[in-house]
Amino acid sequence: MSTIPSEPPPATPSLRLDGALQLLQQSGRVLPGREDPAWLQAVLDALCDLSSRDALTGLANRRQFEIALAREIDRVARAGEPALVLMIDIDHFKRVNDTYGHPAGDRVLQVVALRLLDCVRPMDTVARYGGEEFAIILPNCPPAFGLAVAERIRRRVEQQTVSIDGGATISVTISLGGAFAPQWVRSTAALWLARADEQLYRAKAEGRNLACLEEPTDSQVSAEEKSLLFSTSQFEDPDDHGHP
Amino acid sequence: MATPEVRTDPPEARPARQARVLAVTSGKGGVGKTFLSANLAAALAQRGERVLVLDADLGLANLDVVLNLYPKITLHDVFTGKASLEDAIVPAPGGFSVLLAGSGMVEYSRLTPEVRAQLLDVIKTLAPRFDHILLDTGAGISDVVLYAVSLADDVALVVTSEPTSMTDAYATVKVLSTQQHRGVIRLVVNQVSRLGEGRAIRAQLQRVVDRFVNPTAEQAVKLELLGEVPADVAVRESVQKRQLLLEAYPGSAAAKAVNALAAKLAP
Repeated sequence: MSTIPSEPPPATPSLRLDGALQLLQQSGRVLPGREDPAWLQAVLDALCDLSSRDALTGLANRRQFEIALAREIDRVARAGEPALVLMIDIDHFKRVNDTYGHPAGDRVLQVVALRLLDCVRPMDTVARYGGEEFAIILPNCPPAFGLAVAERIRRRVEQQTVSIDGGATISVTISLGGAFAPQWVRSTAALWLARADEQLYRAKAEGRNLACLEEPTDSQVSAEEKSLLFSTSQFEDPDDHGHP
Repeated sequence: MATPEVRTDPPEARPARQARVLAVTSGKGGVGKTFLSANLAAALAQRGERVLVLDADLGLANLDVVLNLYPKITLHDVFTGKASLEDAIVPAPGGFSVLLAGSGMVEYSRLTPEVRAQLLDVIKTLAPRFDHILLDTGAGISDVVLYAVSLADDVALVVTSEPTSMTDAYATVKVLSTQQHRGVIRLVVNQVSRLGEGRAIRAQLQRVVDRFVNPTAEQAVKLELLGEVPADVAVRESVQKRQLLLEAYPGSAAAKAVNALAAKLAP
């Protein structure tokens, strides 16, 4: 339904790339030589990558997170697979900044980011949502596993202290709130995140260093109904009086 | 494929009549709903019936992909006043008409009273011009799906023997019974591995319905087997070719089964 633009890309000599190249150099990206035909593509790819990451932690940034979330909403609506979104907040982060200074705060953000990445599958999207808030999208996560996954992340962060410059170590904990996307229904990013946020608020209110998940809505089908549905006499038809 | 029952009188010459509206739905996605809608429409068309398939999944359906159609005008343009309903009805390869929602319809996934009224209006306007209107609905029991089903005279619930599909189909039956007081729900059992599996699945679902749903229902639900379609490699191959099964492999077992479904709907 959409058309692919057929215009050739503009010739490189007319492009002003100094700013872009400086950004890429500062971020430590390695590019092929300028005479390489793949050079311009590599510049563009590196810029895209750069603009989708959080500068401090290297996680997906808010922009990238929103793209991933929209994609996941499409997938859930179409395929009905359960997907979980977790909102995560570092407990009492302001105290770290106030007590040890902002470089220590940055260090804590970086370490927490690494630990979050440690706990999830490659298909999951871990993002720095803003400030000391993180978010994770977990596609194809069965509702029965949701709380276990969130708990594992909470424990992983709690278990290890963070060493900061000057030799001090800080204990860091996080609070997590999670909600599943409604299956077969196209949700919106705002609604889904609001439900996860509500759970994060609950985790904070109930004392922090906690994982709270929205109760999955009860299945329309009870265990009793399921057991009859899949009872052993499945392949007998009481109304079957011989084949036609 | 010629069948003895094909009507020979031209459609224009027939008296005006109201189309039967059939909602094709399923508890679980990916059980072949859109495949069946498209091929059933083609089978009905081959029997001389005037058929319209309406993408009632509002932006999630992949009817356009299945039929290899990329219309410029969709229901979205009609709803937003950018085009007339006439312009949005496009001919499909199988000799029937389709009305696609368009990807812009995503915003309508939350069913507003306006969208309800517009959908109802579209069906009312088109009913005198067709013999059958098939609503290719979404999976599950969202308000969009339930509303689309409520507009239909008949419901065809697509189910496979896979446990999730059975459970979700049962959940759909329950909702249609309690919220819409449906007396009859027709089943299409897809991807059966042996003859008679459709009957067994119908009976099993009916047993659970009789035990848990019907005792408290205003009207008891009767599940009727519209038909079973065998698991058939020809289906996958036709999908990969993005052709209708009835055109790519008209002699396949699955195509014959779809023709049998059509014969039941248009005797």
